[in-house]
Amino acid sequence: MSNADKLKQAFVEALQVNSSVITDSLAYEGIREWDSVAHMQLVAALEEAFDIMLDTDDIIDMSSVAKAKEILARYGVAFNR
Amino acid sequence: MSGLLDGKLALVTGAGRGIGFATALAFARNGARVLLNGRSVERAAEAAKLICETVPGADVRPLVFDVTDSGAVKLAFSEVHKEYQGLDILVNNAGVLKDALVGMASEQMFQEVMGVNLSGTFKCAQFAARLMARAGSGSIINISSIVGRYGNAGQSVYAASKAGVIGLTLSLAKELAPANVRVNAIAPGFIETDMIASVPEEKRRAIIDGIKMGKMGTAEDVANAAIFLGSELSSYVTGQVLGVDGGMTI
Repeated sequence: MSNADKLKQAFVEALQVNSSVITDSLAYEGIREWDSVAHMQLVAALEEAFDIMLDTDDIIDMSSVAKAKEILARYGVAFNR
Repeated sequence: MSGLLDGKLALVTGAGRGIGFATALAFARNGARVLLNGRSVERAAEAAKLICETVPGADVRPLVFDVTDSGAVKLAFSEVHKEYQGLDILVNNAGVLKDALVGMASEQMFQEVMGVNLSGTFKCAQFAARLMARAGSGSIINISSIVGRYGNAGQSVYAASKAGVIGLTLSLAKELAPANVRVNAIAPGFIETDMIASVPEEKRRAIIDGIKMGKMGTAEDVANAAIFLGSELSSYVTGQVLGVDGGMTI
């Protein structure tokens, strides 16, 4: 599975939404499902998927799918464009 | 080895001496794998050695970091995550005791006491909560103090830090209960440790006179409460502040 697919799956599992909803522009609190509780579940899912531990500042900054990719890249998770 | 904590992984902060050491030892006796945190490599290693000598086959390991250093705390918990993929019990014990009348409490002292007792407790709980919530189970035990509930003249800063620990405990208990992570505090009374070695004999006697059981507590008394809160015996207990004070407050 590619990193992009892993990322999408983490979002789908944490937010309990259809994968078609997961686009780069999807933003935190932009949909009802992505609230603060789901955000922590998303963090857990991403940490699990990529075997990393995110900084608290990065958790707070993860304001969109695009931003999540940008942050994960700093942890060595590459996304092909 | 068999005990109430068989197979559980516990991290005890400030495990080099006093209540922290007694808790780590008691946990090892009850079958837990224990990570002994301290700021000093030598002290943590010495504590590990002592436990191994006392409990044959004990699985203990020093984990040296300063709870006031956010980067170091994160690194330590990342290491725990990588090595063990989780954490069952966190005992937030690291603490400093500084006394001063309110007019003589310096800003530096305030920051130091709050930094270790409250901020350090928060930081460790924050990372532990993430590991535990992900696993869907865990127990966080915060060591507060009787003065955090009732105050004490000359200990406004220390008492404020320990009252903060209680507020933190109650809030985390509410927040983490849905993830089956329990959060409780222990409020020790007058416990015979190095921390209170400097209390003058006359004052010591006066305090003991106010304890219904007529004696000081031991670090082992507190450790026993921690075993209860860390084990399945307390599987339906969260958001509680367990006084271990010989009836000092009744």
